[in-house]
Amino acid sequence: MPAGTLYRGREGMWSWVAHRVTGVLIFFFLFAHVLDTALVRVSPEAYDSVIATYKNPIVNLMEYGLVAAILFHALNGLRVIAVDFWSKGTRYQRQMLWSVVGIWVVLMAGAFYPVLQHTLTTLFGK
Amino acid sequence: MSTAETSPVELVSSSQPHTARGLTADNGYVIEPPRTRSTKTPRVTRGNFEMWAWLFMRLSGVVLVVLVLGHLVIQLIIDGGVSKISFAFVAGRWASPFWQGWDLLMLWLAMLHGANGMRTVINDYAERDTTRFWLKTLLVTATVFIVLLGTLVIFTFDPNI
Repeated sequence: MPAGTLYRGREGMWSWVAHRVTGVLIFFFLFAHVLDTALVRVSPEAYDSVIATYKNPIVNLMEYGLVAAILFHALNGLRVIAVDFWSKGTRYQRQMLWSVVGIWVVLMAGAFYPVLQHTLTTLFGK
Repeated sequence: MSTAETSPVELVSSSQPHTARGLTADNGYVIEPPRTRSTKTPRVTRGNFEMWAWLFMRLSGVVLVVLVLGHLVIQLIIDGGVSKISFAFVAGRWASPFWQGWDLLMLWLAMLHGANGMRTVINDYAERDTTRFWLKTLLVTATVFIVLLGTLVIFTFDPNI
Protein backbone atom coordinates (compact mmCIF):
# COMPACT_ATOMS: atom_id res chain seq x y z
CA MET A 1 0.00 0.00 0.00
CA PRO A 2 1.54 3.37 -1.01
CA ALA A 3 2.58 5.64 1.86
CA GLY A 4 -0.14 8.01 2.99
CA THR A 5 -2.97 5.91 1.57
CA LEU A 6 -4.51 5.16 4.96
CA TYR A 7 -4.92 8.87 5.86
CA ARG A 8 -6.24 9.08 9.43
CA GLY A 9 -8.31 5.91 9.77
CA ARG A 10 -11.09 5.60 12.34
CA GLU A 11 -14.79 6.40 11.85
CA GLY A 12 -14.28 9.56 9.77
CA MET A 13 -12.18 7.95 7.06
CA TRP A 14 -13.91 4.57 6.93
CA SER A 15 -17.38 6.15 6.63
CA TRP A 16 -15.98 8.22 3.73
CA VAL A 17 -14.62 5.05 2.08
CA ALA A 18 -17.94 3.19 2.57
CA HIS A 19 -19.91 6.20 1.24
CA ARG A 20 -17.73 6.28 -1.89
CA VAL A 21 -17.85 2.50 -2.52
CA THR A 22 -21.64 2.28 -2.03
CA GLY A 23 -22.15 5.38 -4.22
CA VAL A 24 -20.22 3.86 -7.14
CA LEU A 25 -22.08 0.53 -6.76
CA ILE A 26 -25.48 2.28 -6.75
CA PHE A 27 -24.51 4.34 -9.83
CA PHE A 28 -23.70 1.21 -11.86
CA PHE A 29 -26.89 -0.50 -10.67
CA LEU A 30 -28.94 2.56 -11.65
CA PHE A 31 -27.40 2.41 -15.13
CA ALA A 32 -28.45 -1.25 -15.51
CA HIS A 33 -31.87 -0.61 -13.93
CA VAL A 34 -32.82 2.11 -16.45
CA LEU A 35 -31.69 -0.18 -19.30
CA ASP A 36 -33.75 -3.16 -18.04
CA THR A 37 -36.84 -0.99 -17.48
CA ALA A 38 -36.40 0.48 -20.99
CA LEU A 39 -37.26 -3.00 -22.32
CA VAL A 40 -40.95 -2.22 -21.65
CA ARG A 41 -40.66 -0.15 -24.86
CA VAL A 42 -39.44 -3.25 -26.76
CA SER A 43 -42.03 -5.85 -25.79
CA PRO A 44 -43.73 -7.32 -22.68
CA GLU A 45 -41.90 -10.63 -23.37
CA ALA A 46 -38.44 -8.97 -23.50
CA TYR A 47 -39.10 -7.19 -20.20
CA ASP A 48 -40.53 -10.24 -18.43
CA SER A 49 -37.63 -12.47 -19.55
CA VAL A 50 -35.05 -10.09 -18.04
CA ILE A 51 -37.10 -9.75 -14.82
CA ALA A 52 -37.11 -13.58 -14.67
CA THR A 53 -33.30 -13.51 -14.25
CA TYR A 54 -33.79 -11.16 -11.25
CA LYS A 55 -35.85 -13.91 -9.58
CA ASN A 56 -32.76 -16.14 -9.42
CA PRO A 57 -31.72 -16.72 -5.74
CA ILE A 58 -28.20 -15.35 -6.27
CA VAL A 59 -29.51 -12.19 -7.99
CA ASN A 60 -32.09 -11.90 -5.17
CA LEU A 61 -29.21 -12.00 -2.66
CA MET A 62 -27.42 -9.27 -4.67
CA GLU A 63 -30.67 -7.27 -4.41
CA TYR A 64 -30.38 -7.51 -0.61
CA GLY A 65 -26.80 -6.22 -0.98
CA LEU A 66 -28.12 -3.33 -3.10
CA VAL A 67 -30.62 -2.45 -0.34
CA ALA A 68 -27.70 -2.55 2.15
CA ALA A 69 -25.67 -0.14 -0.01
CA ILE A 70 -28.60 2.26 -0.57
CA LEU A 71 -29.58 2.33 3.13
CA PHE A 72 -26.01 3.05 4.24
CA HIS A 73 -25.51 5.74 1.57
CA ALA A 74 -28.84 7.40 2.48
CA LEU A 75 -28.26 7.38 6.28
CA ASN A 76 -24.60 8.40 6.07
CA GLY A 77 -25.52 11.08 3.51
CA LEU A 78 -27.86 12.62 6.09
CA ARG A 79 -24.94 12.49 8.58
CA VAL A 80 -22.68 14.31 6.08
CA ILE A 81 -25.37 17.01 5.72
CA ALA A 82 -25.55 17.31 9.53
CA VAL A 83 -21.73 17.62 9.73
CA ASP A 84 -21.82 20.39 7.09
CA PHE A 85 -24.84 22.40 8.26
CA TRP A 86 -25.27 21.72 12.01
CA SER A 87 -22.95 23.82 14.20
CA LYS A 88 -22.23 20.85 16.47
CA GLY A 89 -22.03 18.39 13.55
CA THR A 90 -18.26 17.87 13.57
CA ARG A 91 -18.22 17.36 17.35
CA TYR A 92 -20.80 14.57 17.17
CA GLN A 93 -19.79 13.02 13.81
CA ARG A 94 -18.55 9.84 15.53
CA GLN A 95 -21.72 9.34 17.58
CA MET A 96 -23.78 10.06 14.44
CA LEU A 97 -21.87 7.35 12.52
CA TRP A 98 -22.62 4.76 15.20
CA SER A 99 -26.29 5.87 15.14
CA VAL A 100 -26.22 5.36 11.35
CA VAL A 101 -24.76 1.86 11.82
CA GLY A 102 -27.38 1.03 14.48
CA ILE A 103 -30.34 2.19 12.36
CA TRP A 104 -28.83 0.39 9.36
CA VAL A 105 -28.64 -2.93 11.26
CA VAL A 106 -32.29 -2.60 12.39
CA LEU A 107 -33.52 -1.72 8.86
CA MET A 108 -31.47 -4.53 7.29
CA ALA A 109 -32.98 -7.02 9.74
CA GLY A 110 -36.45 -5.68 8.84
CA ALA A 111 -35.72 -5.88 5.09
CA PHE A 112 -34.43 -9.49 5.28
CA TYR A 113 -37.75 -11.26 4.78
CA PRO A 114 -39.50 -8.77 2.41
CA VAL A 115 -36.52 -8.67 0.02
CA LEU A 116 -35.57 -12.35 0.16
CA GLN A 117 -39.08 -13.84 0.43
CA HIS A 118 -39.01 -14.84 -3.25
CA THR A 119 -35.93 -17.04 -2.67
CA LEU A 120 -37.11 -18.22 0.76
CA THR A 121 -40.55 -19.34 -0.50
CA THR A 122 -38.99 -20.90 -3.64
CA LEU A 123 -36.43 -22.91 -1.67
CA PHE A 124 -38.39 -23.76 1.48
CA GLY A 125 -42.04 -23.41 0.46
CA LYS A 126 -44.62 -21.06 1.96
CA MET B 1 11.38 58.82 17.10
CA SER B 2 8.91 56.33 15.69
CA THR B 3 9.68 52.66 15.03
CA ALA B 4 8.74 52.89 11.37
CA GLU B 5 11.66 55.19 10.62
CA THR B 6 14.33 52.97 12.18
CA SER B 7 13.03 49.44 11.55
CA PRO B 8 14.10 47.74 8.29
CA VAL B 9 10.87 45.74 8.50
CA GLU B 10 7.81 47.18 6.79
CA LEU B 11 5.15 47.65 9.48
CA VAL B 12 1.58 47.47 8.30
CA SER B 13 -1.75 47.67 10.08
CA SER B 14 -3.38 44.41 11.16
CA SER B 15 -6.00 44.77 8.40
CA GLN B 16 -3.33 44.47 5.70
CA PRO B 17 -1.48 41.29 4.65
CA HIS B 18 1.78 40.79 6.54
CA THR B 19 4.54 40.01 4.06
CA ALA B 20 7.49 40.40 6.47
CA ARG B 21 9.16 42.70 3.95
CA GLY B 22 12.67 43.66 4.99
CA LEU B 23 13.47 40.46 6.89
CA THR B 24 15.31 38.80 3.99
CA ALA B 25 18.95 39.48 3.11
CA ASP B 26 18.01 41.37 -0.07
CA ASN B 27 15.32 43.36 1.76
CA GLY B 28 12.54 41.62 -0.22
CA TYR B 29 9.32 39.85 0.73
CA VAL B 30 9.36 36.71 2.89
CA ILE B 31 5.74 36.04 1.92
CA GLU B 32 4.64 37.02 -1.57
CA PRO B 33 1.97 39.72 -1.28
CA PRO B 34 -1.44 38.68 -2.63
CA ARG B 35 -1.99 39.69 -6.21
CA THR B 36 -3.95 42.87 -6.54
CA ARG B 37 -6.56 43.50 -9.19
CA SER B 38 -5.47 45.51 -12.20
CA THR B 39 -7.51 46.99 -15.03
CA LYS B 40 -6.71 43.81 -17.02
CA THR B 41 -8.07 41.47 -14.31
CA PRO B 42 -11.41 39.98 -15.42
CA ARG B 43 -14.32 40.99 -13.20
CA VAL B 44 -15.04 37.33 -12.42
CA THR B 45 -11.81 35.37 -12.00
CA ARG B 46 -13.43 31.99 -11.27
CA GLY B 47 -16.91 30.54 -11.25
CA ASN B 48 -18.82 29.04 -8.37
CA PHE B 49 -19.43 25.69 -10.09
CA GLU B 50 -17.92 23.59 -7.29
CA MET B 51 -19.99 25.39 -4.66
CA TRP B 52 -23.22 24.80 -6.62
CA ALA B 53 -22.23 21.15 -7.19
CA TRP B 54 -21.63 20.75 -3.43
CA LEU B 55 -25.01 22.32 -2.62
CA PHE B 56 -26.78 20.22 -5.29
CA MET B 57 -25.41 16.99 -3.74
CA ARG B 58 -26.94 17.90 -0.37
CA LEU B 59 -30.31 19.14 -1.66
CA SER B 60 -30.78 16.30 -4.16
CA GLY B 61 -29.58 13.87 -1.48
CA VAL B 62 -32.40 14.83 0.89
CA VAL B 63 -35.03 14.53 -1.87
CA LEU B 64 -33.55 11.20 -3.03
CA VAL B 65 -33.75 9.75 0.50
CA VAL B 66 -37.54 10.25 0.30
CA LEU B 67 -37.93 9.19 -3.36
CA VAL B 68 -35.60 6.15 -3.32
CA LEU B 69 -36.53 4.80 0.13
CA GLY B 70 -40.21 5.33 -0.80
CA HIS B 71 -39.57 3.43 -4.06
CA LEU B 72 -37.95 0.55 -2.11
CA VAL B 73 -40.67 0.37 0.57
CA ILE B 74 -43.44 0.36 -2.06
CA GLN B 75 -41.80 -2.09 -4.51
CA LEU B 76 -40.18 -4.48 -2.04
CA ILE B 77 -42.57 -4.47 0.91
CA ILE B 78 -46.05 -3.15 0.06
CA ASP B 79 -46.20 -4.55 -3.50
CA GLY B 80 -44.56 -7.89 -2.66
CA GLY B 81 -41.05 -7.62 -4.10
CA VAL B 82 -39.50 -9.07 -7.24
CA SER B 83 -42.03 -11.96 -7.38
CA LYS B 84 -44.74 -9.49 -8.47
CA ILE B 85 -42.74 -7.49 -11.04
CA SER B 86 -43.86 -7.93 -14.65
CA PHE B 87 -44.85 -5.86 -17.68
CA ALA B 88 -48.43 -5.72 -16.33
CA PHE B 89 -47.16 -4.39 -13.00
CA VAL B 90 -45.23 -1.56 -14.73
CA ALA B 91 -48.30 -0.79 -16.87
CA GLY B 92 -50.42 -0.43 -13.73
CA ARG B 93 -47.87 1.83 -12.06
CA TRP B 94 -47.34 4.20 -15.01
CA ALA B 95 -51.07 4.55 -15.64
CA SER B 96 -50.86 7.23 -12.93
CA PRO B 97 -49.26 10.62 -13.69
CA PHE B 98 -48.21 10.77 -10.02
CA TRP B 99 -45.94 7.70 -10.34
CA GLN B 100 -44.70 8.90 -13.75
CA GLY B 101 -43.67 12.18 -12.08
CA TRP B 102 -42.13 10.34 -9.10
CA ASP B 103 -40.03 8.12 -11.37
CA LEU B 104 -39.06 11.00 -13.67
CA LEU B 105 -37.81 13.17 -10.77
CA MET B 106 -36.04 10.18 -9.22
CA LEU B 107 -34.33 9.37 -12.55
CA TRP B 108 -33.05 12.92 -13.13
CA LEU B 109 -31.92 13.59 -9.56
CA ALA B 110 -30.31 10.16 -9.09
CA MET B 111 -28.42 10.31 -12.41
CA LEU B 112 -27.14 13.86 -11.83
CA HIS B 113 -26.25 13.06 -8.18
CA GLY B 114 -24.48 9.86 -9.26
CA ALA B 115 -22.71 11.50 -12.21
CA ASN B 116 -21.36 14.31 -10.00
CA GLY B 117 -20.18 11.72 -7.46
CA MET B 118 -18.41 9.78 -10.23
CA ARG B 119 -16.84 13.07 -11.41
CA THR B 120 -15.36 13.51 -7.92
CA VAL B 121 -14.04 9.95 -7.97
CA ILE B 122 -12.43 10.47 -11.41
CA ASN B 123 -10.83 13.73 -10.24
CA ASP B 124 -9.43 11.94 -7.18
CA TYR B 125 -7.91 8.87 -8.81
CA ALA B 126 -7.21 9.62 -12.51
CA GLU B 127 -3.92 11.53 -12.39
CA ARG B 128 -3.18 12.13 -16.09
CA ASP B 129 -5.09 14.96 -17.81
CA THR B 130 -5.92 12.83 -20.86
CA THR B 131 -7.20 9.95 -18.68
CA ARG B 132 -9.43 12.36 -16.75
CA PHE B 133 -10.70 13.91 -19.99
CA TRP B 134 -11.70 10.59 -21.56
CA LEU B 135 -13.25 9.19 -18.38
CA LYS B 136 -15.35 12.34 -17.98
CA THR B 137 -16.33 12.28 -21.66
CA LEU B 138 -17.49 8.67 -21.19
CA LEU B 139 -19.33 9.63 -17.98
CA VAL B 140 -21.18 12.57 -19.58
CA THR B 141 -22.11 10.48 -22.65
CA ALA B 142 -23.46 7.62 -20.51
CA THR B 143 -25.35 10.01 -18.21
CA VAL B 144 -27.02 11.95 -21.05
CA PHE B 145 -27.92 8.66 -22.77
CA ILE B 146 -29.50 7.11 -19.65
CA VAL B 147 -31.40 10.27 -18.63
CA LEU B 148 -32.83 10.76 -22.14
CA LEU B 149 -33.64 7.05 -22.58
CA GLY B 150 -35.38 6.86 -19.19
CA THR B 151 -37.35 10.07 -19.84
CA LEU B 152 -38.42 8.79 -23.27
CA VAL B 153 -39.55 5.45 -21.80
CA ILE B 154 -41.62 7.11 -19.04
CA PHE B 155 -43.37 9.48 -21.48
CA THR B 156 -43.88 7.11 -24.43
CA PHE B 157 -44.81 3.97 -22.48
CA ASP B 158 -47.62 2.10 -24.27
CA PRO B 159 -49.46 -0.55 -22.19
CA ASN B 160 -50.98 -2.00 -25.40
CA ILE B 161 -47.65 -2.48 -27.22
